[in-house]
Amino acid sequence: MTTQWDTSRAAGIISKYLPLEGPMLPILHALQEEFGFLSDEAIRLVAQTLNVSRAEVYGVVSFYHDFRQEPPGRHVLKICRAEACQSMGSEANAQKLLETLGLDWGDTTPDGRLTVEPVYCLGLCACAPSAMLDDELHARLDAQGLQALAGEVI
Amino acid sequence: MRIFVPRDSVSVALGSDKLAAAITAEASRRGANVSVVRNGSRGMFWLEPLVEVESDEGRVGFGPMTLADVPALFSGDLKGHPKSVGLVEEIPFFAKQQRLTFARCGVTDPVSLTDYTSHGGFKGLEKARAMTPAAICAEVKDSGLRGRGGAGFPTGIKWETVRNAQAPQKYIVCNADEGDSGTFADRLIIEADPFCLVEGMAIAGLAVGATRGYVYLRSEYPLAISILREAIAIATDAGLLPDFTLEVREGAGAYVCGEETALLDSLEGKRGMVRAKPPIPALRGLFGQPTVINNVLSLAAVPYILAEGGAAYAAYGMGRSRGTMPVQLAGNIKHGGLFEIAFGITLGELINDIGGGTASGRPVRAVQAGGPLGAYFSPAQFDTPYDYEAFTARNGLIGHGGLVVFDDTADMAHMARFAMEFCAHESCGKCTPCRIGSTRGMEVLDKIIARENVAENAALIRDLCDTMKFGSLCALGGFTPYPVMSALTLFPEDFGVTSLPAAAE
Repeated sequence: MTTQWDTSRAAGIISKYLPLEGPMLPILHALQEEFGFLSDEAIRLVAQTLNVSRAEVYGVVSFYHDFRQEPPGRHVLKICRAEACQSMGSEANAQKLLETLGLDWGDTTPDGRLTVEPVYCLGLCACAPSAMLDDELHARLDAQGLQALAGEVI
Repeated sequence: MRIFVPRDSVSVALGSDKLAAAITAEASRRGANVSVVRNGSRGMFWLEPLVEVESDEGRVGFGPMTLADVPALFSGDLKGHPKSVGLVEEIPFFAKQQRLTFARCGVTDPVSLTDYTSHGGFKGLEKARAMTPAAICAEVKDSGLRGRGGAGFPTGIKWETVRNAQAPQKYIVCNADEGDSGTFADRLIIEADPFCLVEGMAIAGLAVGATRGYVYLRSEYPLAISILREAIAIATDAGLLPDFTLEVREGAGAYVCGEETALLDSLEGKRGMVRAKPPIPALRGLFGQPTVINNVLSLAAVPYILAEGGAAYAAYGMGRSRGTMPVQLAGNIKHGGLFEIAFGITLGELINDIGGGTASGRPVRAVQAGGPLGAYFSPAQFDTPYDYEAFTARNGLIGHGGLVVFDDTADMAHMARFAMEFCAHESCGKCTPCRIGSTRGMEVLDKIIARENVAENAALIRDLCDTMKFGSLCALGGFTPYPVMSALTLFPEDFGVTSLPAAAE
C-alpha cells in the first residue's frame, strides 16, 4: 500500500538516487512506488533537488505512460491491447469488461478499488491474451478469465 | 531426483509458482527425495507450464501442467502421465532448432553461476581478456552479426567506431526496451540466461574500452528486471566484472524509447525524444560520450562468437544474413514460442510446419512480421526466406524477429487503423509527419472503414504514408506505413477498395 506525502521521507528517497548518472527516472519511479503517484509537491521537490525547472520535471512526468499525476485505484489492471493479444480476441474481452464495470480505458471504479489501463505488450504474446493485475502476470485469459480476474478485487 | 519448474514470466503467468510449491509439498508428503529447480523456459510456450523430470534417458516433459496433474508425477509411471510430452529435447519444435544464443535457456537455473560456467559460460569473456580490443572487434565483424533490434547494422563496425573514438568515458548501453508486440526474445534470454547478456556486455566493454554499462529494460517486464539485477550482483560479487560497472535502468512505458536515441535521452533523465543523426551514438551517445548501443540479442550472441570464433557463427545463415535468429511465433498460433534457427528458413515453414498453423484451427489470413511497425504478409508470400534482404524486397522487415499470426476472422482495415492509433499514442512528437500524420491517418482510415469516398481516401492514405515514410525522424513514424500499406495492398476487400492502389515505394 502506498503512503501519504511526506517531504522528509521523499527527500530521503531522492538522496539515495542522487549519486546515479541521470537520476531523474529512478527518482520518479521510487517516489511513485512510495506515494502512489507524482503530486505537485513531488515535482517541486525533484526540481529543487536536481536544480532544474519544474517545467522540466513536469515534461518528463507527462511524457511517460507509467507516471501518474493522480492517485490510481487500490488495484490496477493492465490489459494488453497489442496485436498479438488482438489476434486472440483481446479487444472484445476488454470491451466487455469495461462495459460491465461502466468504465473507459484509464478510469477508476467509483469506489476507488480498481483502475483499468491499456498496456502495449507484456511479452506473453505466445500465450495471448494477457494482462497484469498489480504485479501479477496472467496469460491465456479468455473473456471469462478476465472478468474473474477483475472480480477478485472488486 | 531433480524436477524443473520454469520461473520465466510466461510460466509464472500460467501458475508455475503455485506448481513449484505444490510439487515440493507433494514430495515431502511422500517423503520423496526431490529437489525443485526453477529453470528458465525452453521457449515452447504452448506447453507452459512445462515441468521437466530428470531421468536416465534425459529430461522428460509434462505440460501444460495444472495442480491436479502434480500427484501423478510421483506415481512411478512417468510414461503414463496424462501430460507427458516425452523427452523434451526430442520434441520436434525443440530438436529442429539451432540454438547458439539460447543454448542454455530452459536447461539451467538462470541465476546459478555454476550452471552457467558448466554449460560453457564465460568462455567467450575469458578468450576476450587475452585478446586486443581490435582483435575482439575483428572477431565480431567476421561473424557477420547484424543488429538484432531491427536495423540490421553490422555490430562489429559499430564497435570499431566506438573503439577508435577518443573520450574519457565510453558506455555500453543495452536496449532491452522490447516493445514490439509478438516479441519476447529479450525477455526470455534475460529471464532464462541473464549471465549471457552480462558476459556479452562485458566483452563489448573490453572491445571498445568502456567501463560502464547500462541495460535499459522496460517496466512491463518486472520479473526480467529482478532476475537481471540478481545476476549482475552475483557476477559482480564473484569478481567476474573487475573492470566493468553494470546497472539496470527501468523504462517508464514509452514505446519510442526502443529507438536508440530516444532511449539515450531517457537514460539521461529526459523525455524520450528522438535525436537527429548525425552525430551517431557511436561518437556522441550517452551524456555525449562514445556509446555502443546494441539490442539484447546482439549482445547475447557475442559470447558464442568469442568462444567459438566469428567463422563458426558466420557458417550459419544465408546471403548477408549470417548466424541465427531467434524467431518468435506469437498471436493466433498453435505452437507459439521461440524458435532459434539459421537465416534462410521460409516464412511458411515457420508458420505452418513449426508453428502448426493457427491456434483457432481456422485458416491463416495474415502474419505481421517485425512488430507494430512491420508489414503484414499473406499466405501467398509464405515462400519468403527469413533474411533481411528478402524481407526488404517484399516491402517488409524482419525487425526484432516477431511473427504475429491472424486467422481469417481478422479485419485488416481495423489492424491498419490500429497501426496509426498506436503511432499516435506513442509518438514522441518531435517530427511533424509522425506527430500529425498518425492522427490524420487514423481519421482517414475511420472514413474508409465507414465507406466514405473510399477511392479518394485510399489515395490520401497512400500519400500520407509516403510522407511519413520519407519525412519522419525515426522508425516509429517512418515504418508505421508498412503495416498500413501492406494491409491495404494485400487485403483491399477489407477496406472496400476495388482497384488496388500501387504500393508505396
